[in-house]
Amino acid sequence: MNFPYRPEQASNFAMDYDALFFTISALTAIFTLMVMVLCIWLISKYKRGKDADRSNPVHHNTMIELVWSLISLVLGMGIFTWGSKIFIEMRQPPANAMEIFVVGKRWMWHIQHANGIRENNELHVPVGQPVKLTMISQDVIHAFYIPQFRVQYHVVPGRYTMLWFTATKAGKYNLFCSMHCGTQHSEMGGYVYAMERPDWQRWLASGGNRYKPVPETMVAAGEQLYKDFSCSNCHKDVDDMRAPSLNGLFGRKRTFNDGTSMIADQEYIRQSLLNPGLNVVKGYNVTMQPYTFSEEQILAIGEYLRTKGTATSEAAQSVNPAVINTAIPAGNAGGNR
Amino acid sequence: MIQEATKPQVFSDTEGHAEKNYLNAGHTLASWLLTKDHKRIAVMYLISVSIFFLVGSIAAMMIRLELTSPRGTLMSSETYNKTFTAHGVVMIFLFLIVAIPGVFGNFLIPLMIGARDLAFPRLNLASLYAFWIGGIMATIALLSGGVDTGWTFYTPMSSMYSNGNVTLTLVGAFIIGFSSIFTGVNFIATIHKMRAPGMTWWRMPLYVWSHYSTSVIILLGTPVVAITLLLVVVERVLHIGIFSPELGGDPVLFQHMFWFYSHPAVYIMILPAMGVISEVMSCFSRNKVFGYQMVAMSSMGIAALGFVVWGHHMFIASQSMYQGIVFSLLSFLVAIPSAIKVFNWTLTMYKGSVWLASPMVYALGFIGLFTLGGLTGLYLACVGTDVHLTATYFVVAHFHYVMVGGTLLAFLAALHFWWPKMFGRMYPEAIAKWNAVVVFIGFNVTFLPQFVVGYMGMPRRYHFYYFAPEFQIYHVMSTLGSSVLAFGLIMPAFYLTKSLISGPKAPANPWGAKGLEWEACTSPPDKHNFHGIPVVVGDVYDYNAEEEELRLKGLAPQMVTKDDKVKFI
Repeated sequence: MNFPYRPEQASNFAMDYDALFFTISALTAIFTLMVMVLCIWLISKYKRGKDADRSNPVHHNTMIELVWSLISLVLGMGIFTWGSKIFIEMRQPPANAMEIFVVGKRWMWHIQHANGIRENNELHVPVGQPVKLTMISQDVIHAFYIPQFRVQYHVVPGRYTMLWFTATKAGKYNLFCSMHCGTQHSEMGGYVYAMERPDWQRWLASGGNRYKPVPETMVAAGEQLYKDFSCSNCHKDVDDMRAPSLNGLFGRKRTFNDGTSMIADQEYIRQSLLNPGLNVVKGYNVTMQPYTFSEEQILAIGEYLRTKGTATSEAAQSVNPAVINTAIPAGNAGGNR
Repeated sequence: MIQEATKPQVFSDTEGHAEKNYLNAGHTLASWLLTKDHKRIAVMYLISVSIFFLVGSIAAMMIRLELTSPRGTLMSSETYNKTFTAHGVVMIFLFLIVAIPGVFGNFLIPLMIGARDLAFPRLNLASLYAFWIGGIMATIALLSGGVDTGWTFYTPMSSMYSNGNVTLTLVGAFIIGFSSIFTGVNFIATIHKMRAPGMTWWRMPLYVWSHYSTSVIILLGTPVVAITLLLVVVERVLHIGIFSPELGGDPVLFQHMFWFYSHPAVYIMILPAMGVISEVMSCFSRNKVFGYQMVAMSSMGIAALGFVVWGHHMFIASQSMYQGIVFSLLSFLVAIPSAIKVFNWTLTMYKGSVWLASPMVYALGFIGLFTLGGLTGLYLACVGTDVHLTATYFVVAHFHYVMVGGTLLAFLAALHFWWPKMFGRMYPEAIAKWNAVVVFIGFNVTFLPQFVVGYMGMPRRYHFYYFAPEFQIYHVMSTLGSSVLAFGLIMPAFYLTKSLISGPKAPANPWGAKGLEWEACTSPPDKHNFHGIPVVVGDVYDYNAEEEELRLKGLAPQMVTKDDKVKFI
């Protein structure tokens, strides 16, 4: 059986942090053992009925008490100073930090890169580059937490908060919302991908979830919206924990949590976009926000879903080669709250 | 001939057992519900908090069972959130804050200082009714529909977004606050004005000292949280913007006001527990508490410093960096009085005659768990380490070590220590003693793994963790431990209830303890506590371990009986 005891050290703070963490752990262990050993020794020595020298009992000894307090005070001040040093570093991002914007909403993280790339519940960052997150919530208080980076900070409605780090190791790390924010709180998370710079450049070049100009066919426009709103971050090619796959959805019978069922058609797709809580596929919770799309957009999404996961979708992609547009897209960022 | 150490009846006779006492002074329901007797009110508090504890424990077991699987199996996320909220609200507002003051504070303070009752008996009854009304309101709210905000009620979720019975729960908590305030006023007035002749401040048992400092915190803190909860109701019902930015309010303001009470509230929960431990350590070591005055003053120090550390709950909540550092510094200072206490309790055994009776085993368990609970507080008081650990299972483990390992074990120690006094019956000592060991082991198996999984990054209040399956092993260990703990907590309900029916009758002073409640009144006490006004002539905790040992060997005269020792006017 595997007992991992430490999250990976994947940021500039992790080493310092763990050094302090294990120093306090050592002190905790020493003091706990000391109290336990003292207790056991005193019990075994002065147990009732056991012969021991009990004459002239000591009822107080100010010197010992002061020394004990002073030792606690000095060690405490040492930890305080070391911890404050780390904290001050955590609260002051370097000037060359790359800024990324984060919007928390029940129950997803929306990430907005300055160059136009948008991501939901995913954050791609290059290794070795200080990254500064400017964060705000659209509704309740959330908290942005990456255990492997040892960083965590509240995301508050009505004001911006800041968090920064430099990823030091390529990998996929947990992203959690750590402030209880309601029903789907434990699923408001995803992953942070720290990538070596060439990989990250490639990711950038491939567009990430990058906005593309409005294509001509409805299928392509729907696909564009599907990508713009990062539907595929939850609706993957196969059913997963978070959401069902939409491949080959159109015309298929869907069974819902309340036992009813429906054939997936345009109307169903429209309802599901505007009111995701109405018909929830059996086995899932409502994690999706209602979206405010125009009717044209809904139709386009429906047309796209009609072809998604079939041979036609490959054809649609081949006639519409990916065009990279560096402009920051206008318009709705996602949910309507 | 050494007396068998497992038998609590130091005296073979049951002379001190009273056939006519406060329990059988009236048998009608009205004689209980309308009583002004502090002892009867304490018994009603004991029954009430036990029921609420059961409710909170069932919620805890549901949470633990659900977390054995990374994706849950028993309940929906909504139900899960309502369950942990119910666990928190019931355990904190309806058990921890009330348990020791309501039961043992009410029962013992007049007995310990030689008074016939509390200063305001009617107010005392009113506090019980306020507790009942608030407690029933909150319970109804939590069971019918529920609340999913967590016990902390952070805004704007509680005031704007949550659909549960938030208003009813908050009004319930508001009313319970009055129960607390009534009790605090009563204790302060009683301790100041009703001490028996000769009972000077420095002759008061440490249990009374700890209640004195607790009452000061209650009076200064509770009104603040009461008004805060009311403001949430105002925003929720009338949409007057106070905490919600949508209405022009400030969401972080709530946290300042909430923690201004709720951090000192931690000391409301732990200080009476510390008082219990002082009494038990002293009695079962047959020694005066080491550094008695220092322990008393450290209670007052904790009460004072406890009010200036609330910001350590908000290191990452968008307060300024400098504020974080100052609150961190102050939090380290409040650790020192607690360190003094642990040190002094342990040294109380030095040159004592240590009797490992069941209350003592619980108390020793307290010292072990509270030490670890207190030391893990350093990680959280330290602003740098708190950043990663706050809102993870590390915090959950830390406060359970202090609140369950601390307050609950002290509650059990108190229950076993004063049970013969309260009900005049003895319980099976051997079972009780081993049960304390079961509780200690079950507790550690439950909560030690949570420190690790918290450091690994498991956030608290998470229903699912399928995205980090490495957490599962620790959750399974924790759940296994919690079933052992549950067994250890159910056992006393059986053997204590059985003792009421068929337990041997207890003498006035089965433990050979010092103090007016043992030496000057019967078990159970008379309706008016004492037959006259006791006069205190000796020092507090005037145990003599050397003489006690000689007595055990039959080389010294048996302890003098109450009539020779205590004088009455």
